[in-house]
Amino acid sequence: MHITLSINGKDHELDLDPRTSVLDALRDHLDLIGTKKGCDHGQCGACTVLVNGRRINSCLTLAVMHEGDAITTIEGLGTPEALSPLQAAFVAHDGFQCGYCTPGQICSATGMLEEMRAGWPSHVSEDLLAAPDLSDAEISERMSGNLCRCSAYTNIVAAITEVAEARDEAV
Amino acid sequence: MDVSLKMDEPVAESLLDTTNQNIVSQPVDRVEGPLKVSGTARYSAEYKFPGLLHGVLVSAPMGKGRILKIDAGSIEKLPGIVTVITDYDTFLRNPAQGQDEEAPEQGVRDVSYFGQPVALVVGESFEAARHGAQRIALDMRPDEGRFDFAARKHMAEPKKRSRKAQGDLDAALAAAHATIDAIWTTPSQTSAAMEPHAGIAVWEDNKLTLYGSYQMLASDRLQLADALGLKPEQVRIVARYVGGGFGGKLGISAESVAAAVAAMRLNRPVRVVMTRQQVTEATVRRSNTEQRIRLGADAEGRLTAVAHETITANLDRSSFSEPASASTQFLYGGQARLFLNSIVRMDQLLSASMRAPGEAVGMLALECAMDELAETLGMDPVALRLRNIPARHPMDGLPFSSRSLAECLEIGARDFGWSDRDPRPAQRREGDWWIGVGMAAAARSNMLIKSSARVMLAPDGTAVVETDLTDIGTGSYTILAQITAELLGLPVSSVEVRLGDTDFPPSSGSGGSFGAASAGSSVYLACESLRQEIAEKLGIAPKDLVLTEGMARHGNVSRPLHEILSGPLTAIGTIEPGEMEEKFVQAGFGAHFCEVGVNAHSGEVRVRRMESTFAAGRILNEKTATSQCLGGMVFGIGAALTEDLMHDPRNGAIVNHDLAEYHVPVNADIPALKVRFLEERDEKANPLFAKGIGELGISGAGAAVANAIYNACGVRVRDYPITLDKLIEKLPPA
Repeated sequence: MHITLSINGKDHELDLDPRTSVLDALRDHLDLIGTKKGCDHGQCGACTVLVNGRRINSCLTLAVMHEGDAITTIEGLGTPEALSPLQAAFVAHDGFQCGYCTPGQICSATGMLEEMRAGWPSHVSEDLLAAPDLSDAEISERMSGNLCRCSAYTNIVAAITEVAEARDEAV
Repeated sequence: MDVSLKMDEPVAESLLDTTNQNIVSQPVDRVEGPLKVSGTARYSAEYKFPGLLHGVLVSAPMGKGRILKIDAGSIEKLPGIVTVITDYDTFLRNPAQGQDEEAPEQGVRDVSYFGQPVALVVGESFEAARHGAQRIALDMRPDEGRFDFAARKHMAEPKKRSRKAQGDLDAALAAAHATIDAIWTTPSQTSAAMEPHAGIAVWEDNKLTLYGSYQMLASDRLQLADALGLKPEQVRIVARYVGGGFGGKLGISAESVAAAVAAMRLNRPVRVVMTRQQVTEATVRRSNTEQRIRLGADAEGRLTAVAHETITANLDRSSFSEPASASTQFLYGGQARLFLNSIVRMDQLLSASMRAPGEAVGMLALECAMDELAETLGMDPVALRLRNIPARHPMDGLPFSSRSLAECLEIGARDFGWSDRDPRPAQRREGDWWIGVGMAAAARSNMLIKSSARVMLAPDGTAVVETDLTDIGTGSYTILAQITAELLGLPVSSVEVRLGDTDFPPSSGSGGSFGAASAGSSVYLACESLRQEIAEKLGIAPKDLVLTEGMARHGNVSRPLHEILSGPLTAIGTIEPGEMEEKFVQAGFGAHFCEVGVNAHSGEVRVRRMESTFAAGRILNEKTATSQCLGGMVFGIGAALTEDLMHDPRNGAIVNHDLAEYHVPVNADIPALKVRFLEERDEKANPLFAKGIGELGISGAGAAVANAIYNACGVRVRDYPITLDKLIEKLPPA
């Protein structure tokens, strides 16, 4: 099928097997290898990307369903020479080891911080209507869809907290 | 000049203590970090080639039997199918063990375990190949399989070489003031690295290049060449980034051989990536274990008897047996001793090394037995351990190369606030939660493996390091850059480290916590040789040479490198183990302290606080070393609470073969963990004076959780993982 996908602000024309997931379209057809395949079943979060600002597992959705959507991948958040604040904080806090889950963690954290800013509650929120706290418990709960077998969780929370606090101060 | 060192003598002085560049040991950010966080680090499945074909493995749908027919005709008309590759003799029955120099057992007509890869469907696209692999008609004759461990464990065969005995155990136990005699069981576990096993095989000019996700390239290359009937020189393996290993990628596995066979037949590059389910079913597992521990102690808490017997499972003709008593053999004293491993033959996937083979599950038993013994004696668990630290190895009498176990226990206890502990269980309650604390010691043998590296120093003050070591998340890129920068007086940013390619000098590979010390020592030796060459050019003694900021200094004279060097200098350093490992017990040590909450109604366990203290010689990078220990501790928490690879006793299938059902800890399971390192130097280990840390963190970690659960709610569970169903019936009245 012929489709056009908008990725990181740029349109890409593709001829795809209709069975192709967003994940495989990115990795195999556009060489956007930052989005990782860990399970292909929506269980690990390594393939997390942002679609219209919202984080999703790109392995669980077909590319042909996303014409007209704005897809943002890890490559759209920053480059090695110009890292986004979260990317830089993950390096500074060693929020990863092997690096395979990392792009998904960072895309997920990017979307998650917007969800918190919009006041979305989580399973651990005491008050469903109040603005959520930037506590370790809130961040850990909201990041639990992204597995890290190297288990950098302590450092991931530290990295996200640093960025969120800096952003709060800026507001 | 090429140099080598065999560790037959202690190293009198390490250059790392005299060069004063303040680079080694510092918490330097990972040098490849910006590539990883921006998604530009390329892992093995991510190389692009014109004409790349996609292969998907076909898994056997039964646990035991014989393949009668794999009908390629059943799918060949599907769009995009190129061919079906069957090679009953060449495909691997099971993966290789790490460091083996030959192929593992080959041959797949007879199926030895559920999910064994038996064929490869090759398509023009991944979608086509996947469809074909799902649809292909496979005719198989089922045979009676051996799937029920509980029913077969009485047939366990003792592994003779594992037996170690000293003194009269029965008499010592009979005379003991206090004894423990109990059985702990641990389930099968899976490494579950986030990157599935993946390979791209390229066959060109009679040479195979495999972009593979493996940990130990030098031996993997020999295994792959042997499996394919090629000469080692015809095989190159590239693994610049590996998305986690944890033992699961030590030896070659089905995907690389299948990709290679297909590429050689079709003369096109072929990529094979295992599905998550295939990784779980057809790579390696940590065997389930049944461990009987017997301890005897006198009234003062001095151990008089220590026995640790382990039953594990494995495939026919696979000799590996999880060495659960590895650290039990030297951690504590006690004259009468017995250690033995036995193997039950099962038709289940290969048992092999997973992070800290031995200690990871052995310490789950030993350190809980010690907790029970402390309670029986009315002693503090920390005091019991301190009392039983042996002066020398309790069996062979060897001294320890370095050991700060007592300091780890004492400092760890102090920092955690251990003295506030109430030894009586179920005394502390906060709302719906019983709160308790527990501790355990950590120990993990230190090893040195032969390893080589090339270092090139250019006149412009840049250096390049090459070795086939992998960085599986361990920090190899970074610590090798630090060692080079420290010894050659360069900023870290002026050192380029090239890893993961068998075209480079062969290394120890990543495994057994020996990569950093082994490969790091080879880089050290190469740099030491380069320093000598520079000193010679200057006509001074090497000890008078100061290299700093790209300048060579001696006395009051300071000259830039480009004035001294007319061209690049190159040296290959090689380290080898020697008599030091026969004359000294070498191990890293530590102590874990943990606080848990146990829900008074549901039995749910939450780790609330965990602080661990380690001593493992020189720490090469405080930041990456801390991460290694954090990762080990979380593995320990997973082993204690959630990880349980379940085999269906009827057909051998793994019931929970994916990440939704096999529960590795998630972010919300883990509180802010703390790691502290104590200063230590080990001049018997290697010229870096460093010991391994990749596996030390897991050793004992789960036992500290289990002991905290007992302290919280008064329930001892000796059958891991400690899930709420095992607690709920025995909880105190809510």
